[in-house]
Amino acid sequence: MADTTTTDIPGDLTAGGTRKRVKVNGSAIVMGLYLLFLMLPIYWLLNMSFKTNAEILSSFTLWPQTFTFDNYRTILTDASWYTGYINSIIYVTMNTVISLAVALPAAYAFSRYHFVGDKHLFFWLLTNRMAPPAVFALPFFQLYSSVGLFDTHIAVALAHTLFNVPLAVWILEGFMRGVPKEIDETAYLDGYSFGRFFTRIFMPLISSGIGVAAFFCFMFSWVELLLSRTLTSVDAKPIAATMTRTVGASGVDWGVLAAAGVLTIIPGALVIYFVRNYIAKGFALGRV
Amino acid sequence: MEKTVNQKAWFLVLPVLILVAFSAVIPLMTVVNYSVQDTFGNNQFFWAGLEWFGEMLRDDRMWGALGRQLFFSGTILLIQIPLGVFVALNMPKKGIWASFCLVLMSLPLLIPWNVVGTIWQIFGRADIGLLGYTLDALGIDYNYTSDAVAAWVTIIVMDVWHWTSLVALLAYAGLQSIPDAYYQAAKIDQASRWKVFRFIELPKMMGVLMIAILLRFMDSFMIYTEPFVVTGGGPGSTTTLLSIDLVKMALGQFDLGPAAAFSIMYFLVILLISWVFYTVMVNLDKRGS
Repeated sequence: MADTTTTDIPGDLTAGGTRKRVKVNGSAIVMGLYLLFLMLPIYWLLNMSFKTNAEILSSFTLWPQTFTFDNYRTILTDASWYTGYINSIIYVTMNTVISLAVALPAAYAFSRYHFVGDKHLFFWLLTNRMAPPAVFALPFFQLYSSVGLFDTHIAVALAHTLFNVPLAVWILEGFMRGVPKEIDETAYLDGYSFGRFFTRIFMPLISSGIGVAAFFCFMFSWVELLLSRTLTSVDAKPIAATMTRTVGASGVDWGVLAAAGVLTIIPGALVIYFVRNYIAKGFALGRV
Repeated sequence: MEKTVNQKAWFLVLPVLILVAFSAVIPLMTVVNYSVQDTFGNNQFFWAGLEWFGEMLRDDRMWGALGRQLFFSGTILLIQIPLGVFVALNMPKKGIWASFCLVLMSLPLLIPWNVVGTIWQIFGRADIGLLGYTLDALGIDYNYTSDAVAAWVTIIVMDVWHWTSLVALLAYAGLQSIPDAYYQAAKIDQASRWKVFRFIELPKMMGVLMIAILLRFMDSFMIYTEPFVVTGGGPGSTTTLLSIDLVKMALGQFDLGPAAAFSIMYFLVILLISWVFYTVMVNLDKRGS
């Protein structure tokens, strides 16, 4: 890019060249500062997770002086800690599967057909994405208690469909609009039934869209705390709620708290690499 | 794309409808139910009409929370939208550095919200946190648990840290969709950097920026966990935002009637403002295609 733009303007090579170089450096500085701002708090958490509590409280150090894995060992060997992670992963997975299973046919309908009330229904779905979880916390608690689902993984998974199903429908609809309709018609002419066409031909075509939708369902279910904490007490308690345990009679166990925090960041950090090019499209509800 | 009229498509939408009705309509009806009734315990309810709504509308507590909420959402939008666009303009266009920036920038978005709160709670403490310690060493009196201004600065900086990347990612995606020919035409016309931004990049980004504003408004208006972990709504009630106040009322004090009336008005405000954004967004969509 830099070469073509400078040669485009005859007689202005040197001026264009210097201006370009200054601008590139400026961008790098801006990005550097911004990324530093993003990473510092995370680094501090990571730093604390490798320190002993004595070191955290007694001295101020920029990196661990006595490097220790004890905080992580505490979490990974204590069942009351690591079941929190297992619970979270169970309900997040359930939620992702349920959300995608119902959203796929609906998104197909929205992207291909006009039907009575389609526009209103589409906006109504979005309103559920706008619903404050705080409004729903108490009614959910009563609803799931009355049907005997309180403190089960499925209760949290169903509660999270409140905002994940609309999100999945919107994202998938955006991706499906990009698939030409001729493909559907050709398949039907070739004698494919709807079910076979959808699973054999259509779903592979929008596999990146399904991946992105799954990622977003995973993510929003993973980061949410208010509903998952309200709907669980012991058996399905998420890791995020378990973290409050570190506040004990003898004060806060900072090292373990930091280590637990770091461990909650890792799943997201692992999957983000695969969807990095689609993440904006997902956030834009499939509309970039 | 041309769509065909097909009423049978309703069958494809049915599963979503049933699921969302179960997880949204039933709870919402419970809230409506509570908002018009009064109880003296023992599961005996009395018709109260619109009494709770009137009481909430006269209550300074709700107006205070609403005012703080509007101030919070307004402030973070004013910071995050320009900052996000600015960051997007400075991002590398392609290659390994673009991926590197995308991954690092997305990281804060994927951290559980209470961990975000915990990170900043630790980061801001004067005894063990880098930020608090540094400010303290510089002689600035900073204590977010006792000073209202410091508490506000902390939750706003935290939200900027948490969500600016979202705006930047969306703006970046908008920028990527601009063909090179546009820039070359601008070069030939000797357009200034500002003019390129104002007449090429900004109009092309408008659609995604509307989505960014819509999302940031909705999510900041319902924010609960992050400020609650950091300040607990304090000192006093200076950082008690709408959701914090509502949870306190409904799950803390079990004032079901007022809390339900509060919920409904809260939801209506969000719906109204979001509907305006949505209409603008759909119109932009139509004009664009």
